[in-house]
Amino acid sequence: MSQLSTIPKPRRNVELLLLILALSVGIGANMLVGVDQAKAFDSDFWFQSSLLAVAALVFHVVLRIRAKYADPVILPLVVALNGLGLAMIHRLDAPGEDTGNNQLRWTLIAMAVAIGVIWFLKDHRVLRRFTYISLAVSALLLILPLVPGISAGEILGARVWIRVGPMTFQPGEIAKITLAIFFAGYLSSNRDLILLAGRKIGPLQFPRFKDMGPMITAWLVSIGVLIFQRDLGSSVLFFGLFIVMIYVATSRISWVVIGVGLILGGGFVAAQVFSHVEVRIYGWLNAFSPDVYETGSRQVIEGLFGMANGGLVGTGLGQGRPDLVPFANSDMIIASIGEELGLIGLFAVVLMYVMLFTRGFRAALGTRDAFGKLLACGLSFAIALQCFVVIGGVTRLIPLTGLTTPFLAAGGSSLLANWIIVGLLLLISHTARGPVDTTPLPPGGAAEPAGIDTPTEAVKRA
Amino acid sequence: MNQAIRNSWVAAIAMFALIFGAISFVQVVGADDLKGNPLNQRAILQNYCNDRGAIIVGGEPVAESVEGTSEVCQFQRTYAQPALYAGLTGYFSRNYGATGLEVAMNDQLAGSSDQQFFDRIGQLFLGNQPKGASAELTIDPAIQKLAYDLIPDGQRGSIVVTNPKTGAILAMVSKPSYDPNLIATQDPNAETTNINELVKVPGINLNQNVSGPTGELLAPGSVFKLVDTAAALASGKYNKDSVLPNPAEMPFPGIQYKLPNYAGGNCYTQDKASFAFALQQSCNTPFASIALDLGRDAIAEQAAKFGFGEDLGDQLKLAYARGSGFPDDLDGPGLAQSAIGQKDVRATPLQIALMTSAIANNGVQMSPSLVKTVRSPDLRVIDEPQPEALRTSTTPEIARQITEWMTSAVSQGIARGAAVPGVQVAGKTGTAELGNGLNNSWFTGFAPANNPEVSVTIVMEGVDITTGAQLTSPNAKKIFEAVLNK
Repeated sequence: MSQLSTIPKPRRNVELLLLILALSVGIGANMLVGVDQAKAFDSDFWFQSSLLAVAALVFHVVLRIRAKYADPVILPLVVALNGLGLAMIHRLDAPGEDTGNNQLRWTLIAMAVAIGVIWFLKDHRVLRRFTYISLAVSALLLILPLVPGISAGEILGARVWIRVGPMTFQPGEIAKITLAIFFAGYLSSNRDLILLAGRKIGPLQFPRFKDMGPMITAWLVSIGVLIFQRDLGSSVLFFGLFIVMIYVATSRISWVVIGVGLILGGGFVAAQVFSHVEVRIYGWLNAFSPDVYETGSRQVIEGLFGMANGGLVGTGLGQGRPDLVPFANSDMIIASIGEELGLIGLFAVVLMYVMLFTRGFRAALGTRDAFGKLLACGLSFAIALQCFVVIGGVTRLIPLTGLTTPFLAAGGSSLLANWIIVGLLLLISHTARGPVDTTPLPPGGAAEPAGIDTPTEAVKRA
Repeated sequence: MNQAIRNSWVAAIAMFALIFGAISFVQVVGADDLKGNPLNQRAILQNYCNDRGAIIVGGEPVAESVEGTSEVCQFQRTYAQPALYAGLTGYFSRNYGATGLEVAMNDQLAGSSDQQFFDRIGQLFLGNQPKGASAELTIDPAIQKLAYDLIPDGQRGSIVVTNPKTGAILAMVSKPSYDPNLIATQDPNAETTNINELVKVPGINLNQNVSGPTGELLAPGSVFKLVDTAAALASGKYNKDSVLPNPAEMPFPGIQYKLPNYAGGNCYTQDKASFAFALQQSCNTPFASIALDLGRDAIAEQAAKFGFGEDLGDQLKLAYARGSGFPDDLDGPGLAQSAIGQKDVRATPLQIALMTSAIANNGVQMSPSLVKTVRSPDLRVIDEPQPEALRTSTTPEIARQITEWMTSAVSQGIARGAAVPGVQVAGKTGTAELGNGLNNSWFTGFAPANNPEVSVTIVMEGVDITTGAQLTSPNAKKIFEAVLNK
């Protein structure tokens, strides 16, 4: 493996430099937004900017202490995205609204939790001990929005929120992580079993039926989320997460074939049976017909108009009318950015996501334990898939589903979950890029062999 | 395992390649289409806070932008005599876009039309506030006011007054109307509350595409008999001496329905009728038998020659004026009923006004016009539409013949209420039954019959026979007098 030929370097100074660049993007955007609203450089601006900068620098210092070999690009990317999101949300606040500061509060909480993950977890492999606990937690989190009393009821057609005091929270966002931990733990322990037997049909090696248990379970979970919570986006996300992880664990394309087959089958049945799915698909195909516009496609169409209005270079921050789009600061924030920053700005933002998930995959490649590989790969793919589902929906490539754009969109649960993912990816990249860890594995990872891919690799490393 | 991770990355990259493609499509390739989509209000809202040109009637602005007190916007759109002109100006709102001339003439009013290109360059260098062109309408304010007041409050109805020789619209009103200032307000909460109240009022002319004289499709009733008459004369099978069957009821083989003549009227007195008598008294069965004789296509063709089915938006400088229509699939009874303006045939009040104007103008239909001049902020004329023939609806001979019969309908027939002493008035009434005991009551006509200066079309919706008779022909008389005595 290529990274073995280089001597591990912390690269924390590179990170600091990039971080300053990232902060200047977010703070600069916030400044432009303020200029447009004739309140540049007021106390609000300094307050928000300095809080974000301090939080980012604290994060950086924690990495220096606890995970000094962590990938130096991940944190700056996320700070840039988060900062840009803050500026855009702040810009979209109508007089009297305070979504911007609320998002800043959540950013700080989420960063603090991510710092906590890095500080206290130290080694991602510890999580493997929680394989089945993660499963239980995932189940609990997914059921919570359906429990009377805790549930916040149906909001905008979906039952995915719970009420915590005065706030609402989306437990499914956290379930994304716990499910990834469970899948990684289960698959890293049982991959031999799954790989062992199977029938070959044509060029495809199919697994035994009983080994398909977890796949069918995942399929049922996705369908359950779709049915009971009416959340198409999360349902696709959970299932995609599982397919990619089982594929990586087994390297068998047959799993992907089965998985995609199940998705298509489930999707087809869902479109027939559930009116809310059917409405979405009909609205997607006929979005521009005036009667569909009145009853459902208005959000997407207004978003498209906004993006068209932005064109190549955009109207400039604060110069467009993204507020004409319903949910401009959450579901449709990509359209808002497309309008004001144009194709060029939006490409830059999307490229940041490409770099972010690529760095995640890089950590997966580099780390030496199967659990870590699966976890990093699953989480990175989840970010990519989530972006695809959201941006594809906003650009009318696929039907719109209600998922948040990671780090950009207004929403506390999403920020918290995605920052935790960043914490985990940083930890994994730390082990991937650092010197080979010769200390014994933390207890709990019982059956794991030391070198995962082949024993020869372990030898080469030593 | 590493190869599988690399493959997953490739899959993720492939998804993002699709996304980059989709973004490029929306923001570059398809952007112009999206910008031109009729649902897209952004072009209007982009200049929401700018100094828009005024809409002017008789030298006075009825819609103009004035310096406002709002912190957000320098200029505020305001409407003088709001209810009187709402049906023409429409509204210009932050959240609900614009309707009427505000949207149809947006390019000129906002100063972004092609003719104003050099003005914009100048503004760019001088750093002036963008200012739009103003539009002066063909409307005569006195006639507009008179027509508006002739529709009682609480009554749904429309009146269109035109000059048949030029196509200029002198008055175009409908009730119920509303105050566009309520929707143009810069207080977003008030705006929402107000529009939600207004959309509850049935028949309100908030959007000319679906209501009012240019957007509301109504059964034309007996005024449609003018189409039958023109078709009959054009076919060569009928002439002014034709004798038409005029039974009290017209049966159809195999069904129970019988098409009746109006039981109380003069039609009942004879079972054969001259063409003049049939049109004078508006008998149903003669026209039904003409339609059955000529066939559906002949009637539909003549209707099309009068402009049925055409969107008149371009001519009017309105975004859209709904096309009227004559139905496609008709069996015998359906054709008979449609030929007397019932069943499925539909027309806007403007359409009927144009039909009548074509008859008045020797069979030539002039393009309707609502805008007299468009002037840039320095008062230079940048557009001045000239009278223009739109199409030939019928021959001068047929037009003269129909005029003669319409004149006798006013002098001796059932349109007597429209008679003006000393002036020959041509007219035709219509009553379309709504099936609930109420009718849409029509009058359309012009004066003087031999040298028409004005055509008047009135429709009152959902009235009983007596009210309808009081609100149509006598009101037409008042408008004729007002225009002719000017």
